[in-house]
Amino acid sequence: MATFTVHVTIENKPGISDPEGDTILNDLVLKGTHKTVSKIKTAQMLKFTIKEKDKKTAEKKVQEICDELRIYNPMVSKVTIEAFS
Amino acid sequence: MKVGVVVFPGSNCDRDMFHVLTDVFHLDAQYYWHEKSLPKNIDAVVLPGGFSYGDRLRAGVIAAHSPIIQDVQKLAKKGIPILGVCNGFQILVESGLLPGVLLKNNSLNFMCQWTNLIVENNNTPFTSQFKLNQKIPIPIANGEGRYYVDDDTLKSLRKKNQIVFRYETVVNGSSDRIAGVCNEDGNVVGMMPHPERAVESEINPIDNKPSSLIFESLLTTVGVKN
Repeated sequence: MATFTVHVTIENKPGISDPEGDTILNDLVLKGTHKTVSKIKTAQMLKFTIKEKDKKTAEKKVQEICDELRIYNPMVSKVTIEAFS
Repeated sequence: MKVGVVVFPGSNCDRDMFHVLTDVFHLDAQYYWHEKSLPKNIDAVVLPGGFSYGDRLRAGVIAAHSPIIQDVQKLAKKGIPILGVCNGFQILVESGLLPGVLLKNNSLNFMCQWTNLIVENNNTPFTSQFKLNQKIPIPIANGEGRYYVDDDTLKSLRKKNQIVFRYETVVNGSSDRIAGVCNEDGNVVGMMPHPERAVESEINPIDNKPSSLIFESLLTTVGVKN
């Protein structure tokens, strides 16, 4: 068994408005000189520390936990899961 | 008639609700801590507003896993009237008892203001004494009150008459200006505005009678008053 850090990123699905990201873009970034930026999306990140036999198993286990406990709301959010050793 | 007021860590409208149920409408209300069970012979359950678990992760999601929610689900299946107000609504949504989700208000502000609701469904235990399209002056107080459903679910809510209250005007960006919904059977109702802050003339500068009908409806439903 090895210890892994698993990053869980929760963000709005496409089509779900993200007023916080829009505000950061329109009222901060685009008011500066950074005109090449076209989109900013906010997200929430959770970092799990977990003991599993390998990276793949760690990711699978964290995905199961997220689904079972509704860590993200599948109606409006999508989740990206990535393990690091 | 016994009404249970469920208390979670971070509930802060439980006492207001208890006061209204007991002192204004003379009901036999009792608090139930979220780790306890609800009695099987209870007549109605209210999930009050507040900030259960400090809104951590997402408003209502942690409370939705509380032991008492299993009892709430059983009672809901039996047809017992269940009302969720504000955070209570968020908990009902997160526990799957009601459809949809409550997102941050479009303004990103915590909104604390008077609004007007329109009654869209007067066939629930909490709205039976209203006329359709009746207006209710009532306050909101929330940061995550923007009700969202996808288009298919919205169509289904309309078809099954599950939209209970709508805001008269655009308030926070909610889908179809929805302020409250019910389950398919109509006995579980969730609403973002606070009826417990609107039923007494001392604290309602506009008109306290419409909000009172939410509780009058409950009394009528369970046969206390006709």
